[in-house]
Amino acid sequence: MTLNMGPQHPSTHGVLRVVLELDGETVLKAKPIIGYLHTGMEKQAEYKTYTQSIPQTDRMDYLAPLSNNLALCLSAEKLLGIEAPPRVQAIRVLLTELTRISAHCVWLGTHALDIGAMTVFFYCFREREKVLSIYDMVCGARMTASYFRVGGLASDIPVGLLDKCEKFVDEMPAHTDEYETLLSKNPIWLARTEGVAPLTAAQAVALGATGPTLRGSGVSWDLRRNQPYSGYEQYDFDVPVGKSGGDAYDRYMVRVNEIRQSTRIAKQAIQKVRAMGEQGEYRLRDYKYVLPSKEEVKTSMEALIHHFKIVAHGFFPPVGEAYQAIEAPKGELGFYFISDGTPRPWRMKVRSPSFVNLQTLPTMVEGRLVADVITAIGSLDIVLGEIDR
Amino acid sequence: MADPRPQGLSPEVVEQRLRERFPDAEFRRQMGEAVRDHTLYLPADRLVEVCTFLRDDPELAFTMLVSVSGVDYLPRDPRFEVVYHLLSIPKNARFVLKVEVREEDPKVPTVTGVWPTANWLERETYDFYGIAFTGHPDLQRILLPEEWVGWPLRKDSPLGYQEVAFTHNTPDREKPDPDLKKLAPKKVKYRAH
Amino acid sequence: MAEPKNENPFRVLTPRPASESVVAPVTGTPAELEQSVREEVERGILFTSVEKMVNWARANAIWPLGFGLACCAIEMMAIVGPRFDISRFGAEVFRASPRQADLMIVAGRVSVKMAPVVRQLYDQMPDPKWVISMGACASCGGVFNNYAIVQGVDKIVPVDVYVPGCPPRPEGLIHGIMKLQEKIMASRVELGPVVPKKKTKKGAA
Repeated sequence: MTLNMGPQHPSTHGVLRVVLELDGETVLKAKPIIGYLHTGMEKQAEYKTYTQSIPQTDRMDYLAPLSNNLALCLSAEKLLGIEAPPRVQAIRVLLTELTRISAHCVWLGTHALDIGAMTVFFYCFREREKVLSIYDMVCGARMTASYFRVGGLASDIPVGLLDKCEKFVDEMPAHTDEYETLLSKNPIWLARTEGVAPLTAAQAVALGATGPTLRGSGVSWDLRRNQPYSGYEQYDFDVPVGKSGGDAYDRYMVRVNEIRQSTRIAKQAIQKVRAMGEQGEYRLRDYKYVLPSKEEVKTSMEALIHHFKIVAHGFFPPVGEAYQAIEAPKGELGFYFISDGTPRPWRMKVRSPSFVNLQTLPTMVEGRLVADVITAIGSLDIVLGEIDR
Repeated sequence: MADPRPQGLSPEVVEQRLRERFPDAEFRRQMGEAVRDHTLYLPADRLVEVCTFLRDDPELAFTMLVSVSGVDYLPRDPRFEVVYHLLSIPKNARFVLKVEVREEDPKVPTVTGVWPTANWLERETYDFYGIAFTGHPDLQRILLPEEWVGWPLRKDSPLGYQEVAFTHNTPDREKPDPDLKKLAPKKVKYRAH
Repeated sequence: MAEPKNENPFRVLTPRPASESVVAPVTGTPAELEQSVREEVERGILFTSVEKMVNWARANAIWPLGFGLACCAIEMMAIVGPRFDISRFGAEVFRASPRQADLMIVAGRVSVKMAPVVRQLYDQMPDPKWVISMGACASCGGVFNNYAIVQGVDKIVPVDVYVPGCPPRPEGLIHGIMKLQEKIMASRVELGPVVPKKKTKKGAA
C-alpha cells in the first residue's frame, strides 16, 4: 500500500511530504519529497547586497535565526579578510548559544508532542519565551532578529541585557533537569525512542549527516571545537556523543546535553563581555567595509564618504570566493560566496544541514514500523525553511 | 588552555598526493587574491577516480562530501562550474574541487557511488542549472515543481519580480472619498464577548 | 385509567387537570410584571435572535486547521503555549484534518509548489469557513518577490482577515482572531437549505 504523508500533516514539522510504501505496518520504502517551501533565496541573493541578504537568512532556519545571521556574516568576513573585534565575538557567541538553547527547546517540545508527551511542549515554550524576550530587548523583533552585520553588530547591546541573560542562564539548568525528569527514564519514552531509527557512524558520514545526528551516531565532530570560529577556542565546554548505535534516544540525549553545555558557554561569554565593558565598540573600524559610527560620520569627512558609499552601493569585496561553516543547532551550516568585485554576490550557496540530514530518513526507517517514521523525523530535527530555501 | 583541535592535514599535501597519484590528469590550482580555500580544477572524466582515491586513501580520508553547487558564469565559455566541498573528519581538513562544464553539453559524471549524500545535492544542482549527472539513480527536480520549465538559477532566467501596486504607479486607481467624515470610526456593534 | 395494550409504555405523563397549573397566572401592575420578568431572566432566560446565537457560538468556538508553513507557524505555536493562551478564545483545538476545521490560518509563505495544496485543503473544509492570512508573506508576498512565491494567498483562496507582521507578534495574531470574531458576529446566517418556492400551475394539477 502506498501512503502519502502529505505536506499538511501535524507531525511533519513543516511542509514535508513522505511517500511511504507499506506492507501492513512495516515500511518498505520511504521517499521524502521536498520543495513545498522553496523561496528562491539563492537567486534573490544575487540581486541584493550582502547586508540585504541578512534578513533573508533569518527566514531559513527560523528556529535559530541568529545562527544563520552569524554564518552569513562570518562567511562574508572570511571573503573580505577581516575579523570582528573580541567584544563582538563574545556577544555573538553569547547570543548564538542562547539561540541554540531556544532551538533545542522547540525541538524537544515538538518531538515530545509528536510522541505524545504534551507537558514537555508547554514547559519548553515557556523557556523559549524567555529567550525571545531577550531577542526583543536586543533588536526589537521576537524571532527574525537580523542583528549581526558584516564586521560587527547592528547596534550596541542595551543596558541590562547581560543581567537578563545571566538570570536566564542561572535558572536554565533546573529547567533542563525538569525535562530530563519527565522523559529520560520514562518507560514510554524509552520504548518509543530506544532502538528506533538507528543510524551507524559509517552510514551517517557517508550520507553527509552533521550536527547532533552525526554525534548521536558516535562520531565526535563539532565545528566549534574542531574548526573554531568567532573565538570559540577560548571557551571551555564538552561535546556530547551518543553511545548506543545512533538511535533516536541517543540523539535526544545529545541534544539535551547540548542545552547544558550551551548554558555553560553562555555563562562564560557573559563574564567575558562584562570584562570588556557592558557598552563599548560593536563594529570593526574598517570603514572600507563596515559602517562608521554616527559621531564620526558627523565629524570626519572620510567617514562620511565611506558611510555614503556603503549605504548607497554596499561594500565592494575583492574578487574571489569563500566558504565558511558554523555549527548551527541542526548541523553544519555553511555559506559559499563567489564575489565578482561588485556589491552583489555572483553566487550565494547555502549548505543547509537539514537538507542533507533528511537524506538519512530512508536508511533509518526502511524495515521499521510506521509509527517510527514520526519518531525518526522528529529526532532528525529538520526545518523546512532551511531545506527548501 | 591546550588547543584541543587535532592537527589538520594541510591542503598543499593533498594536492601533492593527488598529482603524484594521477600524473597525467590536468589539475589546475585556482589562483586569485581572495580565493580563501585551496581549490583545484579537474577534468570531468577523471572526477570519479579522483574522488574515490580521496575517500579511500588512509592518509587523506575525505569521507564526507559537504556540498555540491553549480555556478553560472554566463558570458564565459565554459559556462558552468560544479564545485565540490570535501571534508575529512579523521584528518580535520577541507578541500575544494571544481569541474568546468560547457553549455553545449552540460554533463558531469555522478559521484553518488562514492558518497551517497551526493544524491540530493546533485539533484538540486540539476534543478537549478540543468546540468545532467550521468549515472545518477534518480535525476529529477527536487525543489521546484516537477512540471516547471526552465532552470531558474541560470543568469539568463528572470527573477520573477512582480510590480507591486503603489500609488505612484497606478494612476487609474479608484480614489478614496474626499469627505473626511466617512473616516470617523464607527462604534463596534457586534462583540463576541 | 386503563392503558390499552398497544399504547406507548413510555408515555407516563398524565395530563394535569387545569386547576393545578404549574405556572402562576401573570397579573399585576406593569412594574410588578417587569419585576417578575427580571426574576425569570436572572434564573437564566435569554432573549435573542437565532442568528446572533449561532454567530456567537461559531465565533467563540473556532477550530483552526493546523496549517503552519514557515516562520509564522512558530508564532502560531506560541499562541498555543502558556504565555499567549488562545484557549481563552476557544480556538486551542488545532484539528489535523481539514474536514473538521473551520478556520485556516495560512501561516507562512506559499510557494508555487504548495499553492494547489492550499486550494485543495480550502476546498475540503466544510462551510462555514474562514481564512486568516498571517504575516506579510501570506498577505502580499512579503520579503520575497520572485519566481517561487505566490504574491499573496488571496490569489488562491478568499481571505477574511489579514494580519501584518514578519512574523506578527502572537498578540497581533490574537487581535486578528478577535477581528474575525467580530466579523462572524456581524454576518448573516442561513438556517437550513434554501428551498425554492413551488410554482403553482394554473389548470392541470
